[in-house]
Amino acid sequence: MVKPTRVTNRIRALRFAHGEMTQAELAERIGVTRQTVIAIEQGRYSPSLELAFRIARVFNVPLDAVFQYPDDNEESS
Amino acid sequence: MTHDEKRTWIRLIASVVAYGVYVAIILGRADGRPLPDVPYATALVLTVVGAIVASVVVETVLGVLNPRASRARDVRDREIARLGDHIGQSFVVIGAVAGMLMAMVEWEPFWIANVIYLCFALSAVLGGVAKIVMYRRSLPQW
Repeated sequence: MVKPTRVTNRIRALRFAHGEMTQAELAERIGVTRQTVIAIEQGRYSPSLELAFRIARVFNVPLDAVFQYPDDNEESS
Repeated sequence: MTHDEKRTWIRLIASVVAYGVYVAIILGRADGRPLPDVPYATALVLTVVGAIVASVVVETVLGVLNPRASRARDVRDREIARLGDHIGQSFVVIGAVAGMLMAMVEWEPFWIANVIYLCFALSAVLGGVAKIVMYRRSLPQW
């Protein structure tokens, strides 16, 4: 069964908090295309664990400050 | 739009146009006679080769017109390419099995060649459409 991703992220907020970093700058630093950064920000693409860590490292924050995954209680409420 | 997405669009359009041209040529040549009597081999080969050449030429021309466009390819491009090809390959298998069965029961070579070509075209279209959908929407989460 094909399901939309439940992973959400704060990349856009983190970019603005880090000197209004552009999507192109972030893309270059993590080694992907700008379109991939856009897709991740919009929740249309779930990055690999390695790519997720690279994003978190750019912002110097832990992984769960960038990506969130709702638990079952949150989902049912 | 990434370089790979552009290539996907070009190849999808080239496949559809080439197959459309081929069908138009065959139906035009038929002119009321049975289809197996229509000469098809040259048109088939030329449209297949034409689609490949046209794709390369359009990609090259676009590259020359916009030399600063990024040609980068990343993990998402590779995932989409792999899944799109996987989806399209189903029709290659169907075409190969259909061609084999038709040869075993001694169908006209016209029908064998055309069923295989149709399945190749459907494979290209299905794979291309799947890639475009994944680029525009999202990769499926299983």
